Amino acid sequence: MANFSTNEFKSGLKVMIDNDPCSMIDVDMVKPGKGQAFTRVKLRNLITGRVVERTYKSGESLPGADVIDTEMQYLYNDGEFWYFMDPNTFEQVGADEKAVGDQRKWLKEQDNCEVTLWNDNPIAIATPNFVELRITETDPGLKGDTAQGGIKPATLETGAMVKVPLFIEVDEMIKVDTRTGEYVSRVKE
Amino acid sequence: METSSNNDWRPSASFEVIQQRAELLARIRRYFAENGALEVETPLLTSATTPDPNIPSFSTVSGNAGESCRYLSTSPEFAMKRLLAAGSGPIYQICKAFRRGEQGKLHNPEFTLLEWYRPGFDHHRLMDEVAALVMILAEGYRTFKSEERLTYGDCFQRYLEVDPYVADVARLKICAKQQGLEINSGLTTMDRDGWLDLLMSHCIQPNLGQGRLSFVYDYPASQASLAKIRPGTPPVAERFELFMDGVELANGFHELQDAAEQRARFEEELQCRQENGLESVKIDEYLLAALEAGLPECAGVAMGLDRLMMVLIGAGRMKEVLTFPYDRV
Repeated sequence: MANFSTNEFKSGLKVMIDNDPCSMIDVDMVKPGKGQAFTRVKLRNLITGRVVERTYKSGESLPGADVIDTEMQYLYNDGEFWYFMDPNTFEQVGADEKAVGDQRKWLKEQDNCEVTLWNDNPIAIATPNFVELRITETDPGLKGDTAQGGIKPATLETGAMVKVPLFIEVDEMIKVDTRTGEYVSRVKE
Repeated sequence: METSSNNDWRPSASFEVIQQRAELLARIRRYFAENGALEVETPLLTSATTPDPNIPSFSTVSGNAGESCRYLSTSPEFAMKRLLAAGSGPIYQICKAFRRGEQGKLHNPEFTLLEWYRPGFDHHRLMDEVAALVMILAEGYRTFKSEERLTYGDCFQRYLEVDPYVADVARLKICAKQQGLEINSGLTTMDRDGWLDLLMSHCIQPNLGQGRLSFVYDYPASQASLAKIRPGTPPVAERFELFMDGVELANGFHELQDAAEQRARFEEELQCRQENGLESVKIDEYLLAALEAGLPECAGVAMGLDRLMMVLIGAGRMKEVLTFPYDRV
């Protein structure tokens, strides 16, 4: 992987810091009136998710990180790994619990996800902003109560819990915003 | 993303700000017309440039056979000092300056400077005038708490409890660690001034000029640049900077007049360039000849007008005050 010099630093650049791949969030030049120029960078550690701030002398360089985001199809979970397939090469990768994180509750077989690969290994996944999932468990719906604002808890086929309007029934498909975990609408089948 | 790149032909500053810039320039010209300084223009293309290792120049290819490259001026200082030595009296200039690689929220490789010189002034008297001018330029934008002036040493004592004139690299490094700065390997090779710059820019500067004008003066002699050094214990450079809202707005000198000392400083900077693998540049012999002929006792200051505009209107990024920032030219 190439080295990147401070004048190539920009938001989104992936570099290695302390053996972890990091993504630059914010880059700025800091310079006293006369004298040494510094490049100040805010980075997200792609393994731990932590944000760190670093200062480099102008002209310093950092090794690039072989990190790519790629669209893959979720296949199944064998209890230890979540498997994803590249739709073009049909190659499969297994992501561990750390990589899948909270996103697991939105993962439905055959759905497409963005998988972040570091040296070809998955380190993070991002489900689409909206997913459609079936209700497996909820209290019986209240007929005719479509206008009221009442809500109740519901369990989805992936195990996720969401709050839904009172009229929603078991077995219905709903659309959920994965960024907020909120119910969006009923899905007509 | 697509929409924004399609709109890249548009100015990044609003027309309100573009008008405010025009008004700023008009006020500056009015001020100097009423206060006895002559507006001058000096070349932006120059055959020599500053050897300061921290100021990288753009170089251009000259079309004329046998002619060396030309530089885009990093500052009008050398040419203005030639005018002063030739007997111009007080002069000011509003011009573009160019510095390679300087890009960020507070930097653009091409920026606008106001630079002026007052024969007979020292740096303290020039600070008085800078403050007075800024007050005039800020009218209608904002008001300030009373100005403060502190030495470079006062700043370090106040915010870091360390003496910047005597502390060694080890002491400054400890200080940086205490301030929570990550010291990666690239920083460990810095000299004393590098550490002072790191502490000044990261730990002190953000505190300066909060709601007021803060002048910092009497810099370490090693950071004299083109200022006179006043002998003493410690010797200090008769240089000042102005900060507002943590932003450095101006740099001024009680100007060095000694040609031999100026040449020695340039040569030291060239030496430093060589040691750090930086390109060599041609020393400005015209400037040295002018100093030899006699620069009047004077003080001069350069003020960044893009940054001043930012501070006046509370902009966070320089592109808010530029018609077309470097990534749209």
